[in-house]
Amino acid sequence: MTITFKLSRQQELQLMQWLHRITGVGVFLFLAGHIVHIWLMGLGPEQFDSITAVLRQPPARLLHIFLFFSVLFHAVNGLRIILLDFVPPLARFQRASLYVSLFVFALLFIPSALLILMDAFLPSL
Amino acid sequence: MDLFARYFARTSRRSGSLLNLYAWFFMRLSGIILLLLALFHLVYMHFLVPGGVTGINYATIAARWADPAWGPMWRTFDLLLLLFGLTHGANGLRQVLDDHLIDFQWRIVVKTMLLVGYLGLVGLGAAIIFSV
Repeated sequence: MTITFKLSRQQELQLMQWLHRITGVGVFLFLAGHIVHIWLMGLGPEQFDSITAVLRQPPARLLHIFLFFSVLFHAVNGLRIILLDFVPPLARFQRASLYVSLFVFALLFIPSALLILMDAFLPSL
Repeated sequence: MDLFARYFARTSRRSGSLLNLYAWFFMRLSGIILLLLALFHLVYMHFLVPGGVTGINYATIAARWADPAWGPMWRTFDLLLLLFGLTHGANGLRQVLDDHLIDFQWRIVVKTMLLVGYLGLVGLGAAIIFSV
């Protein structure tokens, strides 16, 4: 018995739509926390910097990789949706557009993730 | 009751369809704007800012906003990012809740909380941008 993992055209589109939603909700939750964090500047320099120091620890900065994953995926896939919505002839290339946007996403995400990792764990470089 | 339900269904369908048409267009417009604003913010703050992401603290943020030449530009940029980012995100979450939160009463409760949270976060963000 062989186990195959093959998605239909419809399932590929659904997977991208789910990822678009999940990354969107994730970025919104981050944004809410980010605004509250910056709002805490109202406490004054010492208080704000001591709170911020927690977010500068390498484990917390690994979360930046999730942030870049979510924002970049949402941005590239969002641009794909906009192009397909406003340029009707492109509808023929819907399946190809999924692969193109995944490729562009990887092109942007992989170097960003490497830069974040290097920045967090090899600050001397 | 039946009459009320029918009236409510009709009016909500009518007003809802128009709101969602504008929302559809707004998501695409703000998406393109955020492509510029949010991606610049993300890349600048992580990879380009002098001193790196660890160098960002109260003093550097306050200095950027207080800069006589570039300060107003940064405050405007941050306000636009706040407004477009939060509005795009809150509207997206509204659509997700419409799709997945089936219970009618819970949907009203959670969407009201979302609206209050959205307005509150706009207030917090705008207040700090223009008070530091």
